[in-house]
Amino acid sequence: MNTIAETRAKSLLYLEDVSVSFDGFKALNALSFVVEPGELRAIIGPNGAGKTTMMDIITGKTRPDTGKVLFEDTIDLTKKDEADIAQLGIGRKFQKPTVFESHTVWDNLELALNRDRGVFGTLFYRLTPEDKARIEEILNTVRLTHRAREYAANLSHGQKQWLEIGMLLAQEPKLLLVDEPVAGMTDAETVETAILLREIARTRSVVVVEHDMGFIRDLGVKVTCLAEGSVLAEGSIDFVSSDPKVIENYLGR
Amino acid sequence: MISGFIFRALEGKIIVAIAVLLGIAVLVPALNLMTAPDSALHIPTYVMSLFGKYLCYALLALALDLVWGYCGILSLGHGAFFALGGYAMGMYLMRQIGPRGVYGNPVLPDFMVFLNYKELPWFWYGMDWFVVAMAMVLLVPGLLAFVFGWFAFRSRVNGVYLSIITQAMTYALMLAFFRNDMGFGGNNGLTDFKDILGFQVQADGTRAVLFALSAVVLALCLLISSAIVRSKFGKVLVGVRDAESRVRFLGFRVENIKLFTFVVSAMMAGIAGALFVPQVGIINPGEFAPANSIEIVVWTAVGGRGTLIGPIIGAVLVNAGKSFFTGAFPEFWLYALGSLFIFVTRFLPRGIVGTVQHGFKARDAMRAAADAEKGRGDIGTVAQTVQAAE
Repeated sequence: MNTIAETRAKSLLYLEDVSVSFDGFKALNALSFVVEPGELRAIIGPNGAGKTTMMDIITGKTRPDTGKVLFEDTIDLTKKDEADIAQLGIGRKFQKPTVFESHTVWDNLELALNRDRGVFGTLFYRLTPEDKARIEEILNTVRLTHRAREYAANLSHGQKQWLEIGMLLAQEPKLLLVDEPVAGMTDAETVETAILLREIARTRSVVVVEHDMGFIRDLGVKVTCLAEGSVLAEGSIDFVSSDPKVIENYLGR
Repeated sequence: MISGFIFRALEGKIIVAIAVLLGIAVLVPALNLMTAPDSALHIPTYVMSLFGKYLCYALLALALDLVWGYCGILSLGHGAFFALGGYAMGMYLMRQIGPRGVYGNPVLPDFMVFLNYKELPWFWYGMDWFVVAMAMVLLVPGLLAFVFGWFAFRSRVNGVYLSIITQAMTYALMLAFFRNDMGFGGNNGLTDFKDILGFQVQADGTRAVLFALSAVVLALCLLISSAIVRSKFGKVLVGVRDAESRVRFLGFRVENIKLFTFVVSAMMAGIAGALFVPQVGIINPGEFAPANSIEIVVWTAVGGRGTLIGPIIGAVLVNAGKSFFTGAFPEFWLYALGSLFIFVTRFLPRGIVGTVQHGFKARDAMRAAADAEKGRGDIGTVAQTVQAAE
């Protein structure tokens, strides 16, 4: 068994004893959670378990009442805002696909590209050959090459989800937080998405929140089950889904 | 770098609009000055000044479009920036009167003599220099927008709340400028101008130049606005309008983006005010009235927000309508304005230019979709498509 100090030093993301309450409701209750570099992790849990709140805290949208949130062991995320945290290399995909509908697929990716994001940097930005190549590469990864010149508003629901994942890739994050990527997708799209996420996780850490147990089985990774703001169980999908507490709280008997 | 920035601005309809504005800038003054008064082609001076006023309103609507149409900030206080630019110009024009005022005081404007001022208030110093006054036309609205925006955008005041505080801002300024002890002429404002840079304000030649200048400056601001909205920054702006949190989580500082746009827009509004004042001959606190700022929104909405050209057309059309109605059926104008706004919101939510543009876009999108469907389905055939692309 590793000591705490060792775990922390190796971690990409390290949460310890994080609590936050809204009007007396404890959304997170002494949550501790570690993601290692290159890890793909799935998070499950009933509604109100604190999954989205946890993402809000990691990305700087919500400040925790107590607890530590460290990125790469040294950077205290509770002191930073959304833009800082995004620039550090944490990307976030929302539950509802959020893309720029009045821009083309190409422009969506161009905006997301990890380049100078200042006012003057963007005013005088010109597309370089490397940026063009990078966008083409991402289009290929998220299977949208043939729709690059179309408005994002005209994409299907599943394609919007992929475009958003593509935008996160363009950010070149070290850690990707993905909230319910397959909600509302067809079975075929769900399978494709699992393949896509595994592909992405080869070069970076990915945390996926999902309700779809079939999808999580497809991913075949370590699973964390949250309930009432803290970790209920952690391990392989078979280990977690046979845990009596998990069955009682989430899966149902 | 700069040339690329400007070059990108020159898209088809912007070139046409700029050409039209430059054409007007030459043709209208020429027809005013070079034709005989009884000629069929003659444009009377009052008509030219009237249209010069519309061009200033058009610039004001363009400024609002930049923040509202592209960045989603519905400012109900843009009249304040316009009025501040107008006051800066008015102060310069007041100082040019010199000893020709009713009281003959070489330094103090008439209203100050009347109100027993002993000396010029500090903020009037230097305003007799054209360069200083023109700098103030940009700086005062720009600084107000900067301070206001700094607090509002940093505290993430959004949507209707922001609209309400912009409205409160212009209202507060109106009350302040109504006061005699503010040193801006109280409710009479600044008027009775004599000359500008040594030329008589009322002379046909001066009015022709002011008209031409209004058209040229409008063309220039249109060019700059187009360069802004067609740059990557402009795409980020639309992103802020449509999905602000996505922009934030992509690592952009939304407050800086909004602040920059708001300040640029306020400066353009200030320029519009400065061009407006010598052409109408007066600036008074009525220009700060909240209703004025709401009218700007109506012009922009009628023309089509988020199109740059739409607000220009909207401002000219609505104001031409206003001139006609207030002359022909004076008590009817407010009803006409109200009905127009309801009509546009209900039947032309994209405005005139927006509706036309949307028609073209929809046609293109349908063609593109038809192409995409030929042999390229969605998910089932994606693998084939990817392979085909490779």
